[in-house]
Amino acid sequence: MKHKLFGLLRRIGFLILVVWTVVSLVTLLIELVPGDPAVAVLGEQATPEQLVQFRVKHGLDRPAFFFGFPADPNGRRSVKWYGIDNRYVDYWVAILHGDLGKSFRTDQPVIRLIFERYPATIELAIAAMLIAVAIAIPVGVVAGKNRGTLIDNSLSVVALIGISLPSFVIGPMLVYLFAVKLGWLAPSGRFDWSDIILPAVTLGAALSAILTRMVRSSVIEELGEGYVRTARAKGLSERAVVYKHVLKNGLIPVVTVLGLQLGVLLAGAIITEKIFGWPGLGLLLVEDGIGKRDYRIVQGCVLAISTTYIIANTLTDMLYRWLDPRIRVS
Amino acid sequence: MNRLSIIGITIVIIFVLVAIFAPWLAHYDVGATNLAMRYMPPSAAHWFGTDATGRDIFSRVVFGARISLEVGVVVVVVSAFVGTMIGAIAGYYSGWVDSLLSGYLFNVFLAFPGLLLAIALVAFLGAGLNKLIFALCIIGWVGYARLIRAQVLKVREYDFVQAARALGAGDFRILLVHILPNAIQPLIVQASLGMAGAVLSEASLSFLGLGVPPPAPSWGVMIEEARDLSTLQAAPHALIFPGLAIALTVLAFNFIGDGLREYLDPRQRRR
Repeated sequence: MKHKLFGLLRRIGFLILVVWTVVSLVTLLIELVPGDPAVAVLGEQATPEQLVQFRVKHGLDRPAFFFGFPADPNGRRSVKWYGIDNRYVDYWVAILHGDLGKSFRTDQPVIRLIFERYPATIELAIAAMLIAVAIAIPVGVVAGKNRGTLIDNSLSVVALIGISLPSFVIGPMLVYLFAVKLGWLAPSGRFDWSDIILPAVTLGAALSAILTRMVRSSVIEELGEGYVRTARAKGLSERAVVYKHVLKNGLIPVVTVLGLQLGVLLAGAIITEKIFGWPGLGLLLVEDGIGKRDYRIVQGCVLAISTTYIIANTLTDMLYRWLDPRIRVS
Repeated sequence: MNRLSIIGITIVIIFVLVAIFAPWLAHYDVGATNLAMRYMPPSAAHWFGTDATGRDIFSRVVFGARISLEVGVVVVVVSAFVGTMIGAIAGYYSGWVDSLLSGYLFNVFLAFPGLLLAIALVAFLGAGLNKLIFALCIIGWVGYARLIRAQVLKVREYDFVQAARALGAGDFRILLVHILPNAIQPLIVQASLGMAGAVLSEASLSFLGLGVPPPAPSWGVMIEEARDLSTLQAAPHALIFPGLAIALTVLAFNFIGDGLREYLDPRQRRR
């Protein structure tokens, strides 16, 4: 028990360390902007007064970090210590108060924009995952049961093609087929329940291919186990053997991949949301953030997506340990 | 080698040849617009048809191979080199060096979704080919580092390493001459999958407007330009050909990577 508690504390400690690093990186990213962020946002024609006002309003007039290398009037650079009166500390204090700053363009609080968009992204990721699972389990089982046959080989090739086809190729092709040619579904937006179908299929395609391969190799592995022979010997139908016994054991690794892929889905959703104009975090990042050089929104979105990713991975890892006691022991 | 990897190698050879001989293969200027010739279907004059501004799609796909190849090769070489160095140091010295590198640094990079980190870097640095390559190297090295660390941990226990040490060889010599040559075999698999990843990431970032700026004929840019509804309606081939080019290239590198992995790992071969 003591051992277990120590392990949990260690994991939480590491989680905090990782989150700290990610937040630090994101806060410091704005230093990468070539030239002056105020000029980049307001444009070359902004007056000096406007630039100063903008910097003061968004705290950009303050030093970036605890120390810096400012140039003196002669152009020589030396290390200067600023103490805690800097933007890095400002950002942390704000985050701990649940504040991610204000949009450079519209002055809206970034945290509110993120909360407005978050549900749409989660909805899309979950729908994509459900579609992927619904395709992968039956296809993987059929391929695994018929291992080495023509069916298996062709399904495996299809799965590899699914992994290689990027979403920005699949997505527009689906739009062409179902929106332009057949006119069954809307090409973009989020107004009707059916609007989620195309984005979810696009986002889930690669995952379903990965899962199919996993289910297949899992089924092959489990079919060779002793308990399968027992189940067959006692006269169970092949269907019951596969779906009641093999699949139950074979799904453990699949669950892990599923959890790990949730994060990948969140990152991949950036592209899918752009293709379909799906109003989630990705679209906020690409259109309002990057497109309009609103660096505060970019910071907020990167932070929100990566934190979700890290938490999802940690939870998956814990679930995996709980599902498979062998890992707990080692 | 299995049949799929031979298909993969064939496609990659064609891809490399196309990239090298692009100026001889393409008959049209990749930037030359001709509104009178827009949305032309594939024909003898324009093998892949023309796009919304009348540019020849075949010429653009051919020159796009150059961008993909350049990004892929530079990203794989640089990240494999950096990753190998860091991974080798972590594996060879172990102790606190390893805790810092593999326990902290590797995990921080793995904790970040790669594409998101690349998007964030380019969003702040500004779009451009060099910045894109830089961002892809930043997310790419950790895969190689992790692999080489595990290999070095294994190889450094072998007798010939002990023998070299007994003969008085220094750390640098042991690592470079004795351990690394015996540890880099799996790197080839990773490099092949890395090429697929780099080609895909370049196209993704260019698609998002964060890579090579238009009118450069990056496959990602071409797809972005081909996906508005009027172009889809009038010229679906503007989407299909660059899409096929990306898919085939990525598929080929994945075939090779899978084949090599099976070849190098006899346990998988039996399955």
